[in-house]
Amino acid sequence: MNIVKRVIAKYNDSERGAFLFILPYIIFFTAFVAYPLIFSFILVFHRWNIVTPMEWIGPGNLIRLFQDDLFFKAVGNTLIFLVIHIPLQIVVALVFALLLYSKIKGRGFFRSVYFFPFVVSGVVVTIVWMQLYSYEDGVLNTIVMWFGFERIPWLVHPSYAMPSIALMATWKNVGLYIILFLVGLQTIPSQLYEAANIDGASKIRQFRHITLPMLNPTIVVVFILSTIGGFSLFIEPYVMTGGGPMNSTLSAMLYIYNQAFNFSHMGYAAALGLVFALIILMVVLFQRKVIETEAYS
Amino acid sequence: MSNSIRYILLVIGVVGFGYPFVWMISGSLKPEMEIGSLALWSVNFSLDSYRYVIDTIPITRAFLNSMIVSLSVTISVIVFGSMVGFALSKMRFIGRELLFLIILFTMMIPFQITLIPQYILMVWLGWTDSYLGLIAPSMMTAFSVLLFRQFFLSIPESLIDAARVDGCTNFRLLFQIVWPLSRPVIITVGIVTFMTIWNDVLWPIIIIRERSLMTMPQLVTLFVTGGEAEARLGPMLASATLLAVPVIVAYSFFQRYFIDSMASSGLKG
Repeated sequence: MNIVKRVIAKYNDSERGAFLFILPYIIFFTAFVAYPLIFSFILVFHRWNIVTPMEWIGPGNLIRLFQDDLFFKAVGNTLIFLVIHIPLQIVVALVFALLLYSKIKGRGFFRSVYFFPFVVSGVVVTIVWMQLYSYEDGVLNTIVMWFGFERIPWLVHPSYAMPSIALMATWKNVGLYIILFLVGLQTIPSQLYEAANIDGASKIRQFRHITLPMLNPTIVVVFILSTIGGFSLFIEPYVMTGGGPMNSTLSAMLYIYNQAFNFSHMGYAAALGLVFALIILMVVLFQRKVIETEAYS
Repeated sequence: MSNSIRYILLVIGVVGFGYPFVWMISGSLKPEMEIGSLALWSVNFSLDSYRYVIDTIPITRAFLNSMIVSLSVTISVIVFGSMVGFALSKMRFIGRELLFLIILFTMMIPFQITLIPQYILMVWLGWTDSYLGLIAPSMMTAFSVLLFRQFFLSIPESLIDAARVDGCTNFRLLFQIVWPLSRPVIITVGIVTFMTIWNDVLWPIIIIRERSLMTMPQLVTLFVTGGEAEARLGPMLASATLLAVPVIVAYSFFQRYFIDSMASSGLKG
């Protein structure tokens, strides 16, 4: 009875106008979030090419998934991408943020140049880098040969292709992280450095014991943002390599896309999407945990 | 570290991040034979590659499509996002906390789960190959609601109460009193949403097959991967340049807003 009374009291207390304000979101949420979410769990248990009626196959898609070497290769490729991309991103961003964090003329100019690749469409960046990476007459190989080295098979060799894409993605996104680190550096109280100077701590020790720990929240953000971004890697391999050579750049997203839209395996693609999303959630939660315990130990 | 070393490294950075774009523009103007070189200037500059792109694909139409879609989504995200954000911060109703939790929860769902079912929904609704299909699924974002809510919480309750006492309706309150105070969030949400939609390729590739409805990045992607560029570098770089130009123009005017918006949304997101 008490609960009913409270609900009625609350109802009388609530503003009728509020309902109008949230109604659009409720409709949107039902149609484009809740419904697809529920439907994906139904779709997982069906075989369906969108044209003929859906066919119930129980856990068939999931069984198939766990025997699908190509899916695990695609997830593995995505992880290779992340393992190269994230540390490179953090180091490069940190270096440039530290360079910019001082009394420097033209700081605004440097900032906007570094940030620019992040703003531009990934398609533009990919088309340009495809030429830069060209084996025969690409700009990068021309430079490499100036220094007297052999041509590098950037995109044509299975063990080079994914690292090349990771390098390009780092180049594209690092501007955002430079800015985030700059914001982080500005929050460090200058007294800490003054005190360290009085104690005679070297610049390197100051960096290790003041700058890095104080930047930890930013590093967590950078880690998680670039993990989520990396897991949705799609357009770069789609345009550059189509997943090749020898599936070495087939990202998980590209594989899901191919299953759904090239082969019309809707049920299987939904299963892949679901399992992949669970992998993403696990990795992100795991990262959080590791980074947070590191920070407080 | 001495300041001159600092400057040398910073300038190397400028070359590293800037040169590829300058090279792209220069390559789009050079004849095919000269594109491989590192030189940025050529006596043989011409607009042939651009002519080829414009004759082969409906790039102006694609530009308009991208504009229509990105602007509609941006306006919708700002209007509806601020309405929900306002309700969550300044109005009382049953289920307010529940709604807030639901919105937080939707931010955690990886889009990989809902992508395929959303596509199927578009097929059922008959919204593939239509503006509606491009616009509707992005019309609201949890991210914008949260940003608005957070900002509105900082607006003093007394101001709202005063307006209410004067008989101001909730709609007028939001759009005439709260909005003018909220320029920073509106700009942040606007820029981030517009850029996300403008640069998105995956969703258009999935639901648009009809060439006249393709967005700009989608059409350029198709041009480069689908064989219409005939593996010639000049036209590819010209199409990439055309795709980059609107962003270059917008960025050169509003770079401060771009950087601040994207950085602050990155930190909060």
